[in-house]
Amino acid sequence: MLITAASIALAFAVAACGSDETATRGPVTLNWFIFNEPSGGPTKIAERCSKQSNGAYKINFEYLPAQADQQREQLVRRLGAEDQSLDLLGLDVVWTGEFANAGWLEEVPADTERAVTANVFKSVLETASFEDQLYTVPIWSNTQLLWYRKDRVPTPPKTWDEMIDMGEKIGPAEGRIQVQGNRYEGLVVLTNQLIESAGTSILAGPKEVQLEEEPTKKALQVMGRLSDSAVAAPNITTSTEDTARLGFEAGDSTFQINYPFVYPSAKENAPDVFKQMGVAQFPAVDAGNPSRPPIGGINIGVSSFSKHKEQAFAAIECLVKPDNQLEVATLGGLPPVREDLYDQPEIDKVYPGFADQVRQAINNAAPRPSQSPAYQDLSLAIQRAVHPTTKIDPRNAQSTYDTLRDNVEKAVKREGLL
Amino acid sequence: MSTAAPPQVGQSATRKSQRKRGGPTQTTDRTKAERKLALMLCAPAVIAMLLVTVYPILYAIVLSLQTVDLRFPEESGFVGLDNYGAVLSSPLWWQDLFNTTLVTVVSVAIELILGMALALVMHRALFARGLIRTSVLIPYGIVTVVAAFAWFFAFDPSSGFVNNLPFVADDKAWFGNRQDAFTVIILTEVWKTTPFMALLLLAGLATIDNGLYEAAKVDGASAWQRFWRITLPLLKPALLVALLFRTLDAFRVFDSIFIMTRGSQDTESVSILGYNQLISRLNLGLGSAVSVLIFILVLLIAFVFVRVLGTAVPSQGAKK
Repeated sequence: MLITAASIALAFAVAACGSDETATRGPVTLNWFIFNEPSGGPTKIAERCSKQSNGAYKINFEYLPAQADQQREQLVRRLGAEDQSLDLLGLDVVWTGEFANAGWLEEVPADTERAVTANVFKSVLETASFEDQLYTVPIWSNTQLLWYRKDRVPTPPKTWDEMIDMGEKIGPAEGRIQVQGNRYEGLVVLTNQLIESAGTSILAGPKEVQLEEEPTKKALQVMGRLSDSAVAAPNITTSTEDTARLGFEAGDSTFQINYPFVYPSAKENAPDVFKQMGVAQFPAVDAGNPSRPPIGGINIGVSSFSKHKEQAFAAIECLVKPDNQLEVATLGGLPPVREDLYDQPEIDKVYPGFADQVRQAINNAAPRPSQSPAYQDLSLAIQRAVHPTTKIDPRNAQSTYDTLRDNVEKAVKREGLL
Repeated sequence: MSTAAPPQVGQSATRKSQRKRGGPTQTTDRTKAERKLALMLCAPAVIAMLLVTVYPILYAIVLSLQTVDLRFPEESGFVGLDNYGAVLSSPLWWQDLFNTTLVTVVSVAIELILGMALALVMHRALFARGLIRTSVLIPYGIVTVVAAFAWFFAFDPSSGFVNNLPFVADDKAWFGNRQDAFTVIILTEVWKTTPFMALLLLAGLATIDNGLYEAAKVDGASAWQRFWRITLPLLKPALLVALLFRTLDAFRVFDSIFIMTRGSQDTESVSILGYNQLISRLNLGLGSAVSVLIFILVLLIAFVFVRVLGTAVPSQGAKK
């Protein structure tokens, strides 16, 4: 009896000793909350960085769900409760303003900022900052391109009207156009890119609505014309990135607006379609206007409640190193955030023949109005105004414009229900 | 609520009769001691219930009277009933309330009819009674989200089998317009919860004395008369309890709509509206006001059932 008691006490003493020792000498565990990127690229570079840190830190993954809004939901719940177990956060590009204003993100220190912003696309850095301060560090980007059938159209269209004309000439049996029109974030992307290409913006500042009337109406009328056309996908009001991909792979579509993941997917699922797959820039609203492709991807932030901020920033500096960005691009097809990397032969293997298209798209990209911390309100307000796109009058979008303007103004002030 | 009610009624009844008889004080002491013991035995459960239900409800009420937005921590303060004003003056709230009521009324009505039919069949089943009852329960045992996904994929134009059925257009977009979307949502709700209705009604059927039917048969009553004059009146207590539970449940519909349309095509329910304010916008003040209003409506439904229709306490129904 006595002996057992003594041995238990001894065991406790030893255990206490052990934990003390790890706290002072062993590597710190950094919890990285991010979705489980299926290619395993992030896992690989995290292991590499943990090893290279010489025992300073060890990155541990805490996986979030695959869908962006569910990822946000989990992060927000934990951060709202000031959970200290979060160190590194894998954030969608549109969350920076919201998380920073809530006081959940640690500002990126000046020396880290210098190390992680060299050669990074301007459009990407814009998504990582809030009120001229860098709060997150971009690790990979993303953008949409126009994918088309080379066997049906010799030269890809430059504008939406041109694309719809080409489709209608081919006819609905083969000329369909696949976009994202469901009431979700993808529709906000489409709306924002069209408005930007028409020459205006949704917001002029964090609390100031822009939405100039004529260009906005022009952008909305393009959406109306597309939805009204016989070559719109039959499920346009519920379409997502994935239904667009499937629609294109089925062969009855000539055009698809989507992210580069559709390229390897077509190669595997629809080799016949893949052989005829061409790629061009996101179409402009009309010939005189520039193409303004969307921007996506992941920025890494450090939680304000983390107990290991110094190590977390060190880890970020390592994770976004050029070699690691190339690794993530090679494994998962995710576009690097550093422009100089697009000259590397590895990138040409990831995007055979269209690395420059990806680079050009990210260079011209127009971020969504996420400089407002109330971005989620804006997103809901925009979705409610333009969905379903089939109800937008292609000849005169005045009523949709009025609703959109009214909704966005309310959202910026965060008034009423959404 | 209803599980706690019958013993109370029984107790008060016995006490009344004791008082009438003017029984010796000894018995009263014993009753007192028993009551004390009963209270003590109940206390832990009651306290736990209060902690996990009353505290969040009070907290939600407090939040609903304030400006609280997690994204704007510096702006907060007491605003009185402003949040309620914002909710009740929004056309969105009334639209969503209408949608919720529509789903509730239609799905509960269909469930009642189907559930009654199933209960009668199960009651009369001559063989494999256990097997039949268990298999009927399967849909109810499936997690709502999983059931919603199953129905969603079945009706999805790209992956579903429904569009391959005869008399259905091959490219019909089921979630592309309001009417079809509501049809699928209501079907999912009905499929999922009819077994619950059927089981409660079956329990009610089992309490009806078979002698009544035999007597009615001797008197020459038709099957329809027997159902209308014996089964329905005697089933009323069980029927109302089943309706109450299902109405309260259906009014809070969230999962199926969230999975299938996320509230688009004007299929949003009040629960999804609350979710949007609380989880998407992190506007805890406004979201709590929506939640409190839903809570009040649920209380109202329960009140109407219990007080106006006389539900909840089967013995009361029997007395009438």
